[in-house]
Amino acid sequence: MFKQIKGRSGALMVGLLGLLPSLAMAEEATLDSGDTAWMITATVLVLFMTIPGLALFYAGMVRSKNVLSVLMQCFAITALMSVLWALYGYSLAFDGTGMEAGVTNLNSFVGGLGKAFLSGVTVDSLSGTIPETVFMTFQMTFAIITPALIVGAFAERMKFSALLWFMGIWFTVIYAPIAHMVWGGDGGLLWDWGVLDFAGGTVVHINAGIAGLVACLVMGKRKGYPGTAMPPHNLGYTVMGASMLWVGWFGFNAGSELAADGTAGMAMAVTQIATATAALAWMFAEWISHGKPSVLGIASGAVAGLVAITPASGTAGPMGAILIGAAAGVGCYLAAAKLKRAIGYDDSLDVFGVHAVGGIIGAILTGLCAAASMGGVGLAEGMTIGGQLWIQTKGVLFTLVYSGIGSFIILKIVDVVIGLRVTEEEETEGLDVSQHDERGYIL
Amino acid sequence: MKLVTAIIKPFKLDDVRESLSDIGVQGITVTEVKGFGRQKGHTELYRGAEYVVDFLPKVKIEAAVAADMADRVIEAISKAANTGKIGDGKIFVFDLEQAIRIRTGESGPDAL
Repeated sequence: MFKQIKGRSGALMVGLLGLLPSLAMAEEATLDSGDTAWMITATVLVLFMTIPGLALFYAGMVRSKNVLSVLMQCFAITALMSVLWALYGYSLAFDGTGMEAGVTNLNSFVGGLGKAFLSGVTVDSLSGTIPETVFMTFQMTFAIITPALIVGAFAERMKFSALLWFMGIWFTVIYAPIAHMVWGGDGGLLWDWGVLDFAGGTVVHINAGIAGLVACLVMGKRKGYPGTAMPPHNLGYTVMGASMLWVGWFGFNAGSELAADGTAGMAMAVTQIATATAALAWMFAEWISHGKPSVLGIASGAVAGLVAITPASGTAGPMGAILIGAAAGVGCYLAAAKLKRAIGYDDSLDVFGVHAVGGIIGAILTGLCAAASMGGVGLAEGMTIGGQLWIQTKGVLFTLVYSGIGSFIILKIVDVVIGLRVTEEEETEGLDVSQHDERGYIL
Repeated sequence: MKLVTAIIKPFKLDDVRESLSDIGVQGITVTEVKGFGRQKGHTELYRGAEYVVDFLPKVKIEAAVAADMADRVIEAISKAANTGKIGDGKIFVFDLEQAIRIRTGESGPDAL
């Protein structure tokens, strides 16, 4: 039970502060109404990130003929993942049966089916100090936003039916196992390696980012890219969406403590500081290289900062947050504005450039910023900064390889069976009309 | 009668309207248009993707006036729309064959 009891914070308490598991186990778990109130709020905030936050963020960046398609994709993913999570996703990610600290077996990679159909999750069951229903729903919102993030990479060209198939399978064989390996508790592969990922740098952002890159490579460029102008059709939506993501992210990061305590408070503070720093960093980087500070730039910078502070939000201090924010703002700007052009892939809305690159910067710097000498909470006993950096790097590489290869295989299968792309004619007409028989703007 | 057509910068529209009223022009027609001249277009940049916008927004004014007023109209527009910078626009003058006020059926200069 302990594995689930403290969730993600459990590893930190045990790993970083050196508390013995037996000590924690000795305490009888009781419901804490303060923690519960905060976690219900945090869950709502994370759902708010996807709908409407991410949906609007993306909707503004596509052309007007595709505005409904991305809103629809985010909305449909929200619904589909919720149902799959209840049926078996929660179990695959958080059923701890067969797991043992330091022992690598099948259950190190994926959870069992003991909690399938949410069996055993009742009004009375607890997960730490909060109801298990709240823990389960909180984690559900993460399982929702991660696939939804990928939508940006192949926006404006994927068939809706193919999207549902891809997302359903991806959730099952990529998301749930990675969530299990990182957050599943003692016996989880990356958990046992000692990877620090407080709120989902590997599980959410690197995972979605690399899947996005693979998807846009497998599907190919949009018709006319890069010769034809494809400017965002309504940056107002994008700024509103980015602002909602910023606000909602406090649920994501401070909520990942699974309690209303000091770590949650620090997670909130570093989230704000890193995000603000990254927004400024992207804005100034663009100002210097192009001559004008752009609205899309500062909004993108904020999202890059949010992504990068995510894995570090439970361990970094305020000055570490500034370092992470600055690195992410500049790094993601270079990836989205320069690297993509140089290589020539069509990651429509920069899922790789912002989420994978920001996630990698954050995941690796987490190893540095967690150190007490950097103002963090301190590394596990006997762990050096170099050692932690290597563990972080291993976590990043594992996620890149697992999600990259897995996504490639899923995409190829879906492509063979039903086809991934809309026809050229449908693409030109726009997905709103060709996929949904509707138009975003009837003016 | 003359038809004076002017392409001007949008933000100069109020100034031009005022100075035309001052010299007794009874009515004008205004259209939002796009085009290019020596000012050419401008570039927009979205996350490093640069787009050249070839056509800039301008305002087209049409004023039908008596032949003896044409010079004053041209002068008024020229003064009011002038910023001295590239892209101030142009004025074209046409001979106007006929004008009819629909309500009354009046024609010629009386209809203006």
